[in-house]
Formats: sequence, C-alpha cells, structure tokens
Amino acid sequence: MKVLMLGWEFPPHISGGLGTACHGLTSGLAQQGVEVTFVLPRRHGDEAASHLRLVGCNEIALPDSAAAAPASAHASAALADPLRRRLLAQASRSLRLSSEPTLLSAYMSASEYRARWRESSARSGGSADLVWQELWTSLLALPDLAPSAGALARNLGCGDSMHLSGHYGPDLMLEVGRYAAAVAAMAQSEPFDLIHAHDWMTYPAGLVAAALTGRPLVAHVHASEFDRSGDTQDERIRELERVGLCAASRVICVSHYTAGIVARSYGVPAARLRVAHNAVAQRVDEGLPREKAIDEPIVLFLGRVTFQKGPDYFVEAAARVAQVHPRVKFVMVGNGDMWAQMVERAARLGLARNFHFTGFLRGAEVDRIYRMADVFVMPSVSEPFGISPLEAIARGVPVIVSRQSGVSEVLQNALKADFWDVQDLADKMLALLRHAALREELLEGGRGEIRGMRWEQTAARVRSIYDEVLSIAPPRRGEAAA
Amino acid sequence: MTAIVFYFQVHQPFRLRRYSFFDIGNHHDYFDDAENARIVRRVAEKCYVPMTSLLRRLVGEFGDRFRFAFSISGTALDQLERWAPDALDGFKALAATGCVEFLAETSHHSLACLYDEEEFRSQVRAHARRVQQCFGALPTAFRNTELVCSNRIARLAEELGMRGILGEGADHLLGWRSPHHVYRPETCERIKLLLRSYRLADDIAFRFSNRAWNGWPLTADKFAHWLHTAAEGSDLVGLFMDFETFGEHQWADTGIFDFFSHLPAALLRDGSFHFATPGEVIASSDPVARMDIPHPVSWADAERDLTAWLGNAMQRSASEALYALAPAARRAATAGRPDLLEAWRRLTTSDHVYYMCTKWFSDGDVHKYFSPFASPHDAFITFMNVLDDVARGLAPFAQTGEEAAPARGHLSGPQAAPDFARA
Repeated sequence: MKVLMLGWEFPPHISGGLGTACHGLTSGLAQQGVEVTFVLPRRHGDEAASHLRLVGCNEIALPDSAAAAPASAHASAALADPLRRRLLAQASRSLRLSSEPTLLSAYMSASEYRARWRESSARSGGSADLVWQELWTSLLALPDLAPSAGALARNLGCGDSMHLSGHYGPDLMLEVGRYAAAVAAMAQSEPFDLIHAHDWMTYPAGLVAAALTGRPLVAHVHASEFDRSGDTQDERIRELERVGLCAASRVICVSHYTAGIVARSYGVPAARLRVAHNAVAQRVDEGLPREKAIDEPIVLFLGRVTFQKGPDYFVEAAARVAQVHPRVKFVMVGNGDMWAQMVERAARLGLARNFHFTGFLRGAEVDRIYRMADVFVMPSVSEPFGISPLEAIARGVPVIVSRQSGVSEVLQNALKADFWDVQDLADKMLALLRHAALREELLEGGRGEIRGMRWEQTAARVRSIYDEVLSIAPPRRGEAAA
Repeated sequence: MTAIVFYFQVHQPFRLRRYSFFDIGNHHDYFDDAENARIVRRVAEKCYVPMTSLLRRLVGEFGDRFRFAFSISGTALDQLERWAPDALDGFKALAATGCVEFLAETSHHSLACLYDEEEFRSQVRAHARRVQQCFGALPTAFRNTELVCSNRIARLAEELGMRGILGEGADHLLGWRSPHHVYRPETCERIKLLLRSYRLADDIAFRFSNRAWNGWPLTADKFAHWLHTAAEGSDLVGLFMDFETFGEHQWADTGIFDFFSHLPAALLRDGSFHFATPGEVIASSDPVARMDIPHPVSWADAERDLTAWLGNAMQRSASEALYALAPAARRAATAGRPDLLEAWRRLTTSDHVYYMCTKWFSDGDVHKYFSPFASPHDAFITFMNVLDDVARGLAPFAQTGEEAAPARGHLSGPQAAPDFARA
C-alpha cells in the first residue's frame, strides 16, 4: 500500500506534538508494510526519516505542462464527481476571502494579533490572495487543470522549485497555498493509493491531490482551531478545517474528545469520524534518580504559556496550595503570549517566592527539571491529546491532567480534574505531595500503561482505516484494467 | 441427607462525601447521608422488601422445612433503621418465624482481624449484642468480612465463643477435597468450618442472567439436578451469597425471584436434601479433617485473597494509618467521646479500601460497579483527607509517641519531608 502523506513538520524540526506524532505514526506504518511518501514544506536533510521517503517542496521537480498532460483525462474524470466539484468550489470561495496573511502564532494575545495583522497586510500587499486565487481558479478550470498545475506551482514558487520556510509565520497562509500547488504538481507523477493529510495546513493540498488523482483523502486532526484559540478563532483557518474535514472520506482524530469537537464544530458525520489515540515513543526510566539541590517539593507546569494550556488555572491552584504549605515551589517551564501576565499574577498573589519561570527549556534542561519535580500538572483548557503527561510519567513524575484532554481517555494512572476547578486541582496537588503511596501507585501503574501505548498499535488502527477507505474507493489508475 | 445451607449477606457502608484537603479542620461532615439514604432505599425497594416477603411466603408454605441464615452488618442495620425501616421489619418478621439464623460478624464490616485483634473482638461483641437486640438470639456462628478466613482468624472466633466459622471453598485451599464437608481449621480445638460451594453459589449470584453462559436459562429443576450431581451424599452445600443478588445484582426481570420461589420445592422433592442453618449443621456434623489456612482466603475475585483490599500501596498505607489510630479512638470513647470512636469505626468498613483497588484496570469492572468514586486514586485522596480530620479530633486522646496524625507527608529524597498534617 502506498500513501501520500502530507504534513507540516518532522523531527527534529518541530514546534509541537505534530511532528513527533507524524514520526511515530509513520514508523508504525512502515512496520505494517505501508510505503509512505511524506511531503514537507521544506526538507532540511537531517530528519529521522530512514523508514519513509521524505520530500520537501523545495526539491519537488516541477513538471512542464506537456509532461503532465497524460494525467489530464483522469483528472477530469475525477473532477466530474459532483460532490468533489462542489467542495472545491466551496473551498475556493472561502479562500478567496483570505487576502490577509495568517497571523497564526501560538504566542500572541488578541491585541498583538490585531497590531500584527495591520502591519503584515501592508507588508505582503495581498500576495497570499494572489496565490489562492490562481490556485483555485486553475482548479476550477477543470479539464485544463493537470497541465496547469506545474506551471502554476512554478509561478508561485520563485523558479524551478518551491521555497517554503515550513514555519508558522505571518506568511503561513501563503505557504499553505504554495504547498498545495507543489503537492498538486507532484501528485500526478507519483502513484499512490490514498492521501493522508495532517492538520489544516495540508488540507488544501490534500483536497487538490484528491481532486487531481481521484484517490481518497484521509484527514487527521491533531488540533483544531477551537483547541488553539478558544473564543478568538481565525475564521479562515476554521473554514479550511471545515472544508477539508467535510470533504475527507475519513477523519482521524487523536481522541474521542477531539472527535466530539470536530463533530460539533464542523458537522462531520459520526460515520466518517475515527479515533486513533497517539502513542509515546518515550523510553520508560525505571528508578530514575531524583536530582534535587533544594528541599522543597516542586510542582511543574511544562508547556506553551498560552490560553490552550491553562497556565492561569495552574497559578490560581498554586495560590491555594501555597496557603497551606508555603514551602512548595511551582515551576513554569515554557514561553507564550500569557507569560508576562502569569509572572504578574503570581506576584500579585504573593507567590513571588514560590514561583519560578524558566522560559523555554530544551533537551538536557527538560530532563533535569523532570528529575527535580514531584508533581506534573497539565491543566489544559482544550487538549486534543497531550503527550507531555506521558513523558512526565516516563521520567518518574506523577501527573494531574485536565479532563478536557485526549490523554485522560487513555491514561488511568493520573489524577484528573476539570481545568476550571482550581480548588480540585489544588486538592490533588496536595494529595500527591502528601502521599508517597499515591505517587508510587500512579507511577508504577502509569509506567505499565505507557509501555502498552505503542505506535505500532496506532499504526495498525490507521492501517485498518486505510483498508476501510480503500474498500469504498474506486481502484487506482491502471488497476481497474488489470 | 445433605443439608442445603443458604446464607445471605446484607451490607451497606457509610460512603464518604467528597471531602477535600480544604475541608480538613473546617467540618466533620464526612458521610454522604443523601447518597447513602438513596442507595439503601433503592436496594430496599428492589431487593430487601420483595425478597424478605418472598422468603416469608416460602416459610409459610414449607414451614420449618425451609431454613436459611442472614448476616447483616452493623452499618447496614444502622442504615435500615434510619432510612428503610420497612425493610428492617421484613428481616424481623423472618426472625420471628424461627426458621432463620442470624450470624455474627464485625459490627462495621471491617478487616480489623488483620490489624488490631482488640478492635476485632470489640466489633464482633458489639455486633453480637446488636443482633440479639434486633432479632432475639445471640449468634454462635461467625462469618468474617468478605468471608476472610485463616487459621488465626478461626482461632480468634473460637476464643470469642463461636462454634462455627464460614469460609470460601477456594480451590487452592481444598486441592482434591470437597467443599461439601465440615472441616476444622488447623490450630483450633472446637470451632467447625463450613465452606462456600462457590461454583453452585456463583451460578445463582453471578451467572444467573448471563445469556452467554451455557447454563442459561437457569431453572429451579436444573439447579436441583446440578446439586444432585455435585453433592448427593455429602454433609452440606454452602450457598453463601450477597442478599443483593436478588433484585439488585440480578434484576427482577431476569426471573431471579421466580427462580428462587420454585427452588425449595425442587430441592425437597425427592428427599435427598434438606434445608439447614449453619448452626444446625455445626451441631449435627463432625469435621472430616483438618484444614490448614495459613494465609487469609476471601470470597473475592479470581484470586480469593486480600488483594482487592490490600493489593496496592494506597490500600496498605491507608489501612496502616487507619489502624494506628485505634488506641486513641478507644480512649476517646472511654473519655466520653463515643462519637469519635464511631466515626473512626465507620472508616474501618472494608468498602473504603475496596474502592482504592486498581485491579479492575485489568480485572473487569466488578469493582467499578460498586465504587462511588471516579477512580481508585480519588477514593484514596478522600479517605486520607477524612482520616486526617479524624486524627485531629483524636489527637488529644493519643499517648506520647503514638501515631495520631496518620497522613504524614513525605516526598522522595532524603531531605524533603514536609509534614502537611502537622503544618
């Protein structure tokens, strides 16, 4: 089985859990005998990709119009499907509104967002709009699409290959369009059975590739705009998500929690929703020695300091714990748009001596902080999955997780609280600090659970979803005749 | 003739309300009266009332040829008195027929036998007096909480004057031997051991409504046939089960009441069986052999051991912290604070540690079904918070050097030892 997989990041160049999950999933799929061609915005060359074929848009050879022509008849047939046409038209309409560059950034408040919006609109002069208009107009000029895809991609890139940063910068929407064009150019020369697209940035590319080749599209939701932004969602991203998810043959969510959001927010019918929980590749350290230069117990928050991760609830709960036990230390590791606000809030609550803000930590420093911590808290407001509690347990730190998370569905050996119930969070922090037996029990049980969360299992589940999709999809080009 | 010995267990714990760390020292309202009342009323309606009335009808029909036993925990008696007096009347009416024996157990359905012999004896004596008051006769046969039995526990019961003790007919205990005879525990002089015939008892208690079971549907005649095959010519068949089997675990619509109403006739039909109470079997049958029970055996789960109550670190540390307070609790009662002793004793009810069991992560959902908590960890946290508050109340009655504050916090690492309980 050959899969064209579309993703935005791959280790070691990752900004969140998406790249890690793509790596774990593709490793598992390789063991299932699935051949994956994974398209990234940009390939750096040092990716851990021995188990698959990794292609960066920067190295996609853009076909000239004549070479791509033979695919045209097939593409026309695929696009004759009225449903497909309708969805593409919808996508085109919604995307034509996207003249502003995206300001998607994990670390931005609403006011910063507005300021940067003005600034970047002026700067880019609507180039993203141009990309999208060209892209979708070409797509809708149906029979001529295939030959034009290469030319289009060539136009959008600056020369014979595409130059994408692969970052989540102000040009993200532009890059999403270019990525789609590059994938469109590539899709026709690569034989594959289905397309698997990870998160909204790749959904347009997935749609285009599906429309061009007639192969089914599987969309994977690692996070939705609801999780990232709550009440301040970017309408264009929402629209891309909606169009992509509604057009996909199957939508894979990383948790039932996320599947619920997808069903509610985008009206994806339950019959097309599937859940494949993430796994963890983390090695489980037995009896990792605690390394602690201070006596005080440490409660750890580690994650982006943004709305989604609920750092404010952590601080409020900490205040309640500190009232009872002034010696407890609270360490907040990470950066984000709420960082300054958290420092100020902690100070105002009289917690200056209890709180330590380390900013963003990497590798060895992260290991060290885990070795020092006694309790790990993930108070996320909305967490599609949430791998960090599993990493904490693997490193010997018992965890409290919010019930508004996917990981709480698969992890029994964690204390669970509603993110908004700071009294309960505090109660559970205290319980973990007080009772060695509770910590032991959660760790011992949790380690066992983590050992059982293997990417092979997730991949087997995804493989079965592929089988399901292919059983209802038309045969691949050339196979029907055979 | 083989004696059919039915014994029905009636028990309700005083379940804890959500009691957070921030409640400690602020209020002593530990028990969820509303929830406890709701549950006992529901069970009374679905099981206690209809089943006692069915049993009364059967006694009316068969006279003293139909006999059986109850064991009702003290906490269940308390709750019936408060919230379901009609159900208690049903048990009293059965007592008045003379066909029913009431067994001895610990007043608070505790595992005190494992931690504090003095407390164990106090609870058994208190319960025996209560049974005499309620039902008119002093019990002489003993069943321990969850049928937990060992050489030592049998010996303790013997020293309390019990003539018989009930136990689980566990395979690992019996080996090739039959559960259908009377035994004498090793190290005991007089007491006789009656064992539960678990396959037959569980056919009714667990499997009755299971449509995937090849015995389904179970009829009185079919069950009588199995008894003939399994136990004809033996001394007894111990059919020990939760009374809640009838109407609560097996709902009325499974036909459980109908099944039971036909059972006496089916069993008495050909004269090879008769009904008897444990006391009657103890009086009439002699032990065929000694039974060595070095480690406690229970009637729970596949393991038939104590792991449902003491299998993990939370359960063990909670129990140790609890029983460390026993001397202070007793002194409090002597010094005019019986309320403190009673609050502490309600925490000795084994259900509280049962809710902390983590076996059900792999062991099916039996435990979960009975737990009011979202997770075993939540059960532990609540219990320890309550225990902490109880410890504070008992502190004035603790002697120097005695453990009065149980929930001593200690973090891993040699130096870190914040003590929240005493902060």
